[in-house]
Amino acid sequence: MKILWGFAAAAFAIALWQAIVSLTGLPRFILPGPGLVAQTWWENRAIIAEHTLVTGTEVVIGLIIGASLGIATAIHLAASPSTRALVQPILVFTQALPVFALAPVLTLWLGYGLGSKIAMAVLIIYFPVVSSFLDGLERTPKGYLDLAQTMQARPGRILWHVRIPAALPSLASGLRLAAVYAPIGAVIGEWVGASRGLGYLMLLANGRAKTDLMFAALLTLGVLSVVLHQVVTRLTAELGKDARD
Amino acid sequence: MTAAPSIIFDGRADIGSIQLFAPIQLNLQSGLWTCLLGGSGVGKSTILRLVAGLDTGAEFAGSVTASDTQPVAQRVAYMAQDDLLLPWAKVTENIALGPRLRGQPVDPNRLDALLDRVGLADHRSKKPAQLSGGQRQRVALARTLLEDKPIILLDEPFSALDAKTRTEMQNLAVELLAGRTVLMVTHDPAEAARLGHSIAILSQKGLTQFPPPATNVPRPADAAETLDLQARLFRHLTGVAA
Repeated sequence: MKILWGFAAAAFAIALWQAIVSLTGLPRFILPGPGLVAQTWWENRAIIAEHTLVTGTEVVIGLIIGASLGIATAIHLAASPSTRALVQPILVFTQALPVFALAPVLTLWLGYGLGSKIAMAVLIIYFPVVSSFLDGLERTPKGYLDLAQTMQARPGRILWHVRIPAALPSLASGLRLAAVYAPIGAVIGEWVGASRGLGYLMLLANGRAKTDLMFAALLTLGVLSVVLHQVVTRLTAELGKDARD
Repeated sequence: MTAAPSIIFDGRADIGSIQLFAPIQLNLQSGLWTCLLGGSGVGKSTILRLVAGLDTGAEFAGSVTASDTQPVAQRVAYMAQDDLLLPWAKVTENIALGPRLRGQPVDPNRLDALLDRVGLADHRSKKPAQLSGGQRQRVALARTLLEDKPIILLDEPFSALDAKTRTEMQNLAVELLAGRTVLMVTHDPAEAARLGHSIAILSQKGLTQFPPPATNVPRPADAAETLDLQARLFRHLTGVAA
């Protein structure tokens, strides 16, 4: 049923798109219709697949590194209030900096290859993962902590047996957010300096007024993000299922 | 378990400039049940939490001392209205929570014996969501017993159960906690009349003692002297002159 509604929404969006093209009579280099984009996509499928593979690799590696770093940071901050007091203002400040502005510097440091794009993806997802997981770790139900205190529990063990399991639903929502943000990071990296990837392809097509190819690449990126979000949602569904009861 | 001491709670508590309760002295007799009654917000849970060494949000002026002069807070086991079972952990893992949180080994024979005594041997691998409310409180009782502490603090643990299950849990608790010094906070006069070797009602003005009949606990809920005591407690709680 949910899938049916998804198809219905897609059909509606395509119909709307076609209606705008037909009614306004915009030239194809301004707004190509869905039929033309589909045709271009099919004709260029080999090139698009190659660039999708590059962007997909950047995103997946970025997600794994960014999520691992985020999880480790949140656990460390939850375990040590003094570290938290020191680090949290820095974390918030770094979020005030637009990640876009860092892209040229990352390219300068890490070169035009995968490295700078993975770094962008890591930077953009790190904070949401830390923030949502830490939030969960700080909101352990008080009754559990009272009980643990009367049991003379060790803080490290409370963290491991009580606080982390209770925070897994929060971590899962952070990871789902990260799945949506990671492709944005990778594409920004590609815009600033790359010779491969969907972001590079979009920029290239745009520069040559191949708007239809630009749209084909853009839609592919959208599908990649949706698939990634679905995969992460499935993977995290089990995570903390019990703690949500 | 070491021998159960008696506990003397002596003091007053304020929240800001407002008095929570006047100076009181509450004596928890060694190896017996003390039931503390009172309306909501009079501070009966605060007294229990002070004995447990938990933070209360109130300023306490006074002392909690044991007859053997040893520290109190390290020798309590605590059971609340919410069973506080970890939903992701199996029954056995929940019962063994204390040793797991202290990094101590769990004696499997003791765990099995406790599962038998609370009647949950067939449910050992279940998660709390698969249990009824009564079964969940049995797990909480087993977890309390595994701690093997001489002082037991019960904060309305059976108030969310239906009448039949509650009576069964009261009987089981009396049987399994025999010989320990028990403080039970409750808002139910019937529960206090059944279980208390010593019964007191807390109000803002202080404590009022209600000596129970000299019969064994748990008293039959329908015995004349239990009902009479319950009626007196009820009248005092509701402010009707006796």
